Amino acid sequence: MSDRVTTNEQFANPELGAVQIEEDSGDLSRSDVLLKGALAAGAVYGTLAVGPFVRKALAMTGSSDVDILNFALTLEYLESKFYEEAKSRAKASGELKSLVNLLASDEKQHVEALTATIKQLGGKPVPEPKFDFPYSGTGGFLKLAQTFEDTGVSAYNGAAPMIKSKEVLAAAGGIVQVEARHAAAIRLQNKEEPAPAAFDTPLDEKQVLKAVEPFLA
Amino acid sequence: MADIKQLAGPQSRRKFLAVGGGSTALAAFLAACGSDSDSSSTGTTAMSSGGGKSETAEFGKGDVGILNYALTLEYLETAFYADVVKSGLFKGADLETIRKFGQEEAEHVQALTQAVKSLGGKPAPEPKAEFPLKDAKSVLELAGTVENLGAAAYLGQAANIESPEVLASALAIHSVEGRHAAALNTLLGETITPDGAFAKPADVKTVLESVEPFIVG
Repeated sequence: MSDRVTTNEQFANPELGAVQIEEDSGDLSRSDVLLKGALAAGAVYGTLAVGPFVRKALAMTGSSDVDILNFALTLEYLESKFYEEAKSRAKASGELKSLVNLLASDEKQHVEALTATIKQLGGKPVPEPKFDFPYSGTGGFLKLAQTFEDTGVSAYNGAAPMIKSKEVLAAAGGIVQVEARHAAAIRLQNKEEPAPAAFDTPLDEKQVLKAVEPFLA
Repeated sequence: MADIKQLAGPQSRRKFLAVGGGSTALAAFLAACGSDSDSSSTGTTAMSSGGGKSETAEFGKGDVGILNYALTLEYLETAFYADVVKSGLFKGADLETIRKFGQEEAEHVQALTQAVKSLGGKPAPEPKAEFPLKDAKSVLELAGTVENLGAAAYLGQAANIESPEVLASALAIHSVEGRHAAALNTLLGETITPDGAFAKPADVKTVLESVEPFIVG
């Protein structure tokens, strides 16, 4: 069955070729359940159709915990750089200035923790990307900050169910709650609702990358 | 008050609560909800079928137990906010914030109730609750305590959830509670991240003991 999908595809996860679709398997991990759907669809529609669909699924579902953490690390690098720059560029004073310092410190700690965890898992942390944040002044800063924090929350919420390790999941949970706290604080500075909806809907990797792509230099 | 560290598990906690006098209401409440025909929820050890003790076994098996635990907390939060709105202690923007948060907690109640039903479980009943509403400051402090605790409660259960769909729903709520907590912390002039860059989980024991004083029947 596995040769239906392995053809000449390069898989991010080399274990994919060995995945067996067992209809009766009662102990699939979370990501297996989702990936099983993708592979089953390929079995019906043919190998070529599986390619892009599986690639999209692999971006999140077939991804190892290291891949997911590197995805998170990319976002944390973005936020960390953004707030470091904001210390001078946002022209913040008083309460907002304290908030910027807090956010910068938190995101830096997230970068450090994710980097350490990835290494602990035997993975290679992504190098820090180059960013370009076009904004001027406090208003511009606050607008971007809100986008980044809200997106960060949804990105973590989208990725977390795919995490295999309970320890990594717990760590991700501890980070996303802080991002949500950040989001609420920034929104209050913007005189916006801190919690605009009852549920923070998850975003998938494609949607998240679309949101942050404009800021990748 | 008994040393929390001496409490070993659901059975011990029940005994502790029974001894605690006015907390028999909580014990009776726990006995009333989430009892499956084949699980002994009336005081003997509550081992989940997956092996290992489940903290939320009194609320039901597996994910149903976790969802019912969350549902119980959401009922309490909804009742609290409703009482606060009625109290007339707040006006203007603060009142709007409180009203909105209460609305969102009510949506959480709905979603969790549906989730339990969709798993074939029995939703936890709405507890009868009473909250001290002396003045605006102490009410805000209580709100802040409850929301920070609620966020920690969700975080504490994330890694125990079996179903990826249930996990996704729980995370979508968890981050909103984080937003609520941060907003209230801000209103109180407190830090938005009391635990620092990484939010800390709370266990079921701690959470239930904290809310127990407000349950009256």
